[in-house]
Amino acid sequence: MRLAELKDHQRELYLFQLRVGVAGVAVLVAFALLCARFFQLQVVQHDTYAAKAEDNRISIVPIAPNRGLILDRNGVVLARNYSAYTLEIFPDRVKDLERTIQELGEVVEVQAKDRARFRKLYAETRNAESLPIRTRLSDEEVARFAANRYRFPGVEIKARLFRQYPHGELASHVIGYIGRINQKDQERLAELEVEANYRGTDFIGKAGVEASYQQELHGTTGFEQVEIDAAGRGIRTLARTPAQAGSNVTLTLDIKLQEVAEAAFGDRRGALVAIEPSTGGVLAFVSKPGFDPNLFVDGIDPQSWADLNNSPDRPLNNRAIAGVYPPGSTFKPFMAMAALELGKRTFKSAIHDPGYFEFGGRRFHDSKPGGNGFVDMYRSIVVSSDTFYYQVANDLGIDAIAAFMAKFGFGAKSGIDLDGEATGVLPSPEWKQRRFRRPEQQKWYAGETISIGIGQGYNAYTPIQIALAVSTLAADGDMYRPHLVSHIDNLRTGERRRFEPELVKHLELNPENLAFVKRAMQGVNTEGTGARAFAGAEYTSAGKTGTAQVVGLKQGEKYDEKKVSERHRDHSLFIAFAPVESPKIALMAIVENGGFGARAAAPIVRTVLDYYLLGKLPESMLKPEPDEEDDSQGD
Amino acid sequence: MELAALSPRRIARRLTAGVDGPLLALSLALAAVGLATLFSASYESPGRVTAQLANLAVALAAMWLVAQIPPQTLMRFAVPAYLVGLVLLVAVALAGEVVNGARRWLHVGVTRFQPSEMMKLALPMMLAWYFHKHEATLRMRDFAVAALLLVLPVLLIARQPDLGTAVLVAAAGFYVIFFAGIGWRVLVTLGALGVASLFPLWGMLHDYQRKRILTLIDPSQDPLGAGYHTIQSTIAVGSGGLTGKGWLHGTQTHLEFIPERHTDFIFAVYSEEFGLIGNAILVTLYTLLVARGLMIAANAATFYARLLSAAVTLMFFTYAFVNMGMVSGILPVVGVPLPFVSYGGTSFVTLGMACGMLMSVHRNRKLVHT
Repeated sequence: MRLAELKDHQRELYLFQLRVGVAGVAVLVAFALLCARFFQLQVVQHDTYAAKAEDNRISIVPIAPNRGLILDRNGVVLARNYSAYTLEIFPDRVKDLERTIQELGEVVEVQAKDRARFRKLYAETRNAESLPIRTRLSDEEVARFAANRYRFPGVEIKARLFRQYPHGELASHVIGYIGRINQKDQERLAELEVEANYRGTDFIGKAGVEASYQQELHGTTGFEQVEIDAAGRGIRTLARTPAQAGSNVTLTLDIKLQEVAEAAFGDRRGALVAIEPSTGGVLAFVSKPGFDPNLFVDGIDPQSWADLNNSPDRPLNNRAIAGVYPPGSTFKPFMAMAALELGKRTFKSAIHDPGYFEFGGRRFHDSKPGGNGFVDMYRSIVVSSDTFYYQVANDLGIDAIAAFMAKFGFGAKSGIDLDGEATGVLPSPEWKQRRFRRPEQQKWYAGETISIGIGQGYNAYTPIQIALAVSTLAADGDMYRPHLVSHIDNLRTGERRRFEPELVKHLELNPENLAFVKRAMQGVNTEGTGARAFAGAEYTSAGKTGTAQVVGLKQGEKYDEKKVSERHRDHSLFIAFAPVESPKIALMAIVENGGFGARAAAPIVRTVLDYYLLGKLPESMLKPEPDEEDDSQGD
Repeated sequence: MELAALSPRRIARRLTAGVDGPLLALSLALAAVGLATLFSASYESPGRVTAQLANLAVALAAMWLVAQIPPQTLMRFAVPAYLVGLVLLVAVALAGEVVNGARRWLHVGVTRFQPSEMMKLALPMMLAWYFHKHEATLRMRDFAVAALLLVLPVLLIARQPDLGTAVLVAAAGFYVIFFAGIGWRVLVTLGALGVASLFPLWGMLHDYQRKRILTLIDPSQDPLGAGYHTIQSTIAVGSGGLTGKGWLHGTQTHLEFIPERHTDFIFAVYSEEFGLIGNAILVTLYTLLVARGLMIAANAATFYARLLSAAVTLMFFTYAFVNMGMVSGILPVVGVPLPFVSYGGTSFVTLGMACGMLMSVHRNRKLVHT
């Protein structure tokens, strides 16, 4: 028995040792193979590889693809490329940068601006081969430098494609701009594993459609195998894979409409978003002030950069998606929908408005001193009664309001195809709980619900959200994801990728209630707060004015426009869609510190609608006259 | 306490106890090659060399520590180590940190680490333990269970994706199964099945995955991307010639043509500067290391010790072979370091511990009772 076991052990050990032997032989064979490969590379083919390495014979040169164009819905070019000569310095090959730049100044013009920009690029860009000291050289300058080239080792003329935005500031927040690839971009490219495709590419979309459709616009990098001499100069091309140009991106935007809208703003700050309710296509997208994207193309000079960043008007801030504002009275049609849908009001509900609503011993004042008298549901929208909606809000309660408004997209990102969208704030007890830290701040007070009803209080939404809500209302509850791009054309394959309207959701709303609110909004433009702005309109339209407080007023304090500084004046808002029967356009406009909604924002919307529906250009496209007289109408 | 206990001689004896001279000498020789090459690859700036010296110290400490633990004791860690490793791999899949597009890292307090690394040792330990427990009655069923134990972590690692580590872990597990005595016929059948299953698998891949695999096979298809590594490292090796360009004189290295020249592609630097003769010396060092390891395995006392030491030894071989093979362009590029030579702390420590295991097995070769 023991012997058998021992024998078994012996046999097992023998088998194991046999396998160890097999493994040893396998290792030897594998290493021998490896050595054979070394022999092949290092002895047999040594001359080939030595030549490749020591003469640095073959260099793989990436060919950057041409960037795709950006066009408006009618094919008008909004971003294009042009070829120009630049004077580039290879910092690694230049001994004394300052002196070289100094001496270059004797041959071609080098302004202080150019130097500052070069220094900024030099500090920001790592591992860059060459950096431009001058862009857009004239033919004469090219010739002059060529004659003096021997004096400047490490400086070369290059032909490069530059981005150009022919419309300047127009739609700058939609188009965005490109800039040099920086460290952060580089890391993102590495994360996406597309670094290889960006060898040879210096620029990348930084904002707007240029950024959000970067991948489509960029194209595929080609490469060339070039035989080069010891000094690194190309002798001949051995093989070539051409680059594939980026796709052309066509927007839903109508640049002419955009121009009308921007002109209507004049120098005033604000935003406007116009959406096609049946598709979600964005027709106009204004954020004022804008900026000239051309400034960024060859690296923005530090002075312009500082100006843009330090301006109190914050021109780089995309107000239409990143600015958050209280909606003011433009919230009321949605409050009316909520009250009707949830059965808290009927079409016939009416109040007598004494000019205030009392709650918990506190008086919430109507913007119209003394009140509007008899106010029913219809008139509550037409004359914009605050008292009416204080009560509605109180009866609905904050939870019901928050739940209903969330359906219309308030307080949620719209999902538009741009980066940097803000979320805004749809106030609710849960939101307050999250937002604040101290327990006494976290509690929701019933009094806070009251001002929510007229779009004040914690309400804060982006213009795109408000426009989307209007569009959803106009389309009887169909919410389409707002988008700026209509289609993308791949130039190589000729393939066109269309962005079909994407129905985010359909809100189940009672058609009678919808019709009622729409009729009341129509009343706003015919007999209410928007009547003056829409006098003589040749189409039907539905609207609502809004005035949003910038600073809170103390109880009993009266708002006096002349007393408050310009920056603390109310924002002026207007929402609208037209024609009422089959809406082709839904929009919202806000003029920062513009005062009453009827005065500043409504005429802008009128101008935009006149152009979009009738093709009528404003009399003076550059200088619309804002009505300076005080409006006696309530907001 | 006796005064004699503190005598320098006794301390020295205590310190060297269990340390296998040949193994230590070989790994130190390899580390020296690594440091010299690293110095060249860092453009003669000694910062990285100092850091690598620290790594070496930690690795030696780990080696010494593991060498002190008898295999029987080590065996008790097999199951917990494997289970913890598996749980951590699942944790990585669920909540790991993504670096360069792969989800490999796990945050633990202030530091982060790759659980896949510990599987390199935990899996062979686990399998060796399993076979050891069923030593007397090994049947097909046991091999099937072992295969399952192997496939689980390998799939999790491959999914991260970390092809290099997955290959190493799979290899380590396979070696244990091989040495445990799986039948030759089964082995050949499985191999054939594996090759056959590649074809339907190919059909399931995405275009970009196919492209990546094709690039692995033929790097010239993507000279700007993945293929760039292989093209440049092959040039470096080939241009090294018989005697090399001399230490610190590799043009491919110093003109920055070799990517990852401190870590996975350090062999390109070495090969360019020391040539075929240098390569032969390096391969000889690895051969001796493997020979010593297999010798230890052949004389090991228990089934567990045998399996573990043989598998770990072949793991050294796999590291070296895969790494040098990819640098010289006969194997696809996967992230495998050159043992004891490549820069980096984690793999260094793993290798040191593996060495320590071999030493421990060798020291306890005469304890027959199990």
